Amino acid sequence: MELGQHLFGSVWPLVWTLLKIVAIVAPMMGAVAYLTLAERKVIGYMQIRIGPNRVGPRGLLQPIADGIKLLMKEIIVPSGANQFLFVLAPVLAIMPALAAWAVVPFTPELVLANVDASLLYIMAITSMGVYGVVLAGWASNSKYAFLGALRSAAQIVSYEIAMGFALVTVLMMSHSLNLVEIVNAQQGSLGFLQWNWIPLFPMFVIYVIAGTAETNRAPFDVAEGESEIVAGFHVEYSGMAFAIFFLAEYANMILIAALASILFMGGWLSPLPFLPDSILWLFAKMSFILFLFLWFRATFPRYRYDQIMRLGWKVFIPVTLVWLVIVGLLMQAPLRGLPILNLWFH
Amino acid sequence: MTFSAILTGAAGGVVTARNPVHAALFLVLAFFTASGLWLMLDAEFLAIALVLVYVGAVMVLFLFVVMMLNIDTERLRIGFWKHLPLGGGVALLMVIEMWLVVSGRQFSSMVEPTPESVSNTKQLGRLLYTDYVLSFELAAVILLVAIVAAIALTLRRRKDSKHIDPAEQVKVKASDRLRIVAMPVEKEL
Repeated sequence: MELGQHLFGSVWPLVWTLLKIVAIVAPMMGAVAYLTLAERKVIGYMQIRIGPNRVGPRGLLQPIADGIKLLMKEIIVPSGANQFLFVLAPVLAIMPALAAWAVVPFTPELVLANVDASLLYIMAITSMGVYGVVLAGWASNSKYAFLGALRSAAQIVSYEIAMGFALVTVLMMSHSLNLVEIVNAQQGSLGFLQWNWIPLFPMFVIYVIAGTAETNRAPFDVAEGESEIVAGFHVEYSGMAFAIFFLAEYANMILIAALASILFMGGWLSPLPFLPDSILWLFAKMSFILFLFLWFRATFPRYRYDQIMRLGWKVFIPVTLVWLVIVGLLMQAPLRGLPILNLWFH
Repeated sequence: MTFSAILTGAAGGVVTARNPVHAALFLVLAFFTASGLWLMLDAEFLAIALVLVYVGAVMVLFLFVVMMLNIDTERLRIGFWKHLPLGGGVALLMVIEMWLVVSGRQFSSMVEPTPESVSNTKQLGRLLYTDYVLSFELAAVILLVAIVAAIALTLRRRKDSKHIDPAEQVKVKASDRLRIVAMPVEKEL
């Protein structure tokens, strides 16, 4: 650190922050690459086939080969497309997926910016991801892309509401919008029994499902719907521009997994009280949620569009509203006296 | 300074852009920059709420509608010079009014900055739910009425809509849809 200060002088804090950002983003990109491989492998074995196994030992170099292939491909801008927005759209798609990581805590100390309203910040930043999809669909000047964009916009806006309510119950439990404090509020001598997922179980389920919908993953991938609208919003994209949409989707998946682990499964806290807390627990929990996402994709057929809307508006939002009231009641006088509630409510 | 320059530029873009989608995007940029300005004024809750509500929700729906409209810009331009004096007069009046308000004594900074340790969000929440609870709830009820009214105005029950009852769909069994018939072989091969 002192060497850095000596080398860069007054711009050192800026350089130091940039280094920290690289230290988060670079492993994230690696994780994204290998998540794609994991997805193909997991789904492969679920469908009783092997999956990619040609590039490198056991197919381990497959994502790198894919990356190089996409880099070498030509980017084609369709005629009649709005060039500026066509290029801007992938940037807008990946920006929120990366910017949200600024406030995600890996351990109590390991967080780029430990700000007060970090949960709000994440909600605000992730709500911007929809612009990438909408603009990609519009700027492509293609019917399929436009239909995909409209579907996706409607879906993301609807599921964001249920997700927001789920987050409200979490902040009611922890009395804070700060992600570090949200995890600390789940600490207790009983380990995983004191995490938020028990008192907020319906919210946890809704959060994971709404997260699947927000990231346009199967079975909610009507925005892509290759059997209906070819590939939806990114049908006109090729090469690296397409790869960036792909990266954004997987980065968003990892982000949702991290948030679900932090909000409902105690983040870096160890599940058993005699084991030490560690960042590895967070990674294990994230891997579990990510595996669920892959599992969903291999298991469920795509939802019909009206069913998606029905699930979001008529099932999830009422359930979250009811649970919001229940959590509020549990925090109030007559019920608050029950000793068992002391496990979760502080 | 940079932020206010971008903000003014974006606001100008909203009015001058020929393509309505571009105008909507300029508005997004304007909201975003305004939120940056608020963030620098230590109003982090307001800043984030601005992005969350306006950029994340309202403008998406705006864009949604604007993209599907087919606006003829030439026709919109016809009355420009005829209405310019009236519009200019109203604009001038508003500038004068705003100048009077902002330069007035009430608008000078009377709020002392809050100490760093106090959470902005907590303070706002406390004020909203204690001192201003009545006006807060009133605003909420007005919004609710507006939502109900908008739906009531536009809702029309179409007789020919293919309504599906999900409960009935769930109850369906394979035997309701599929009949397996045992057929004797018609001709020996």
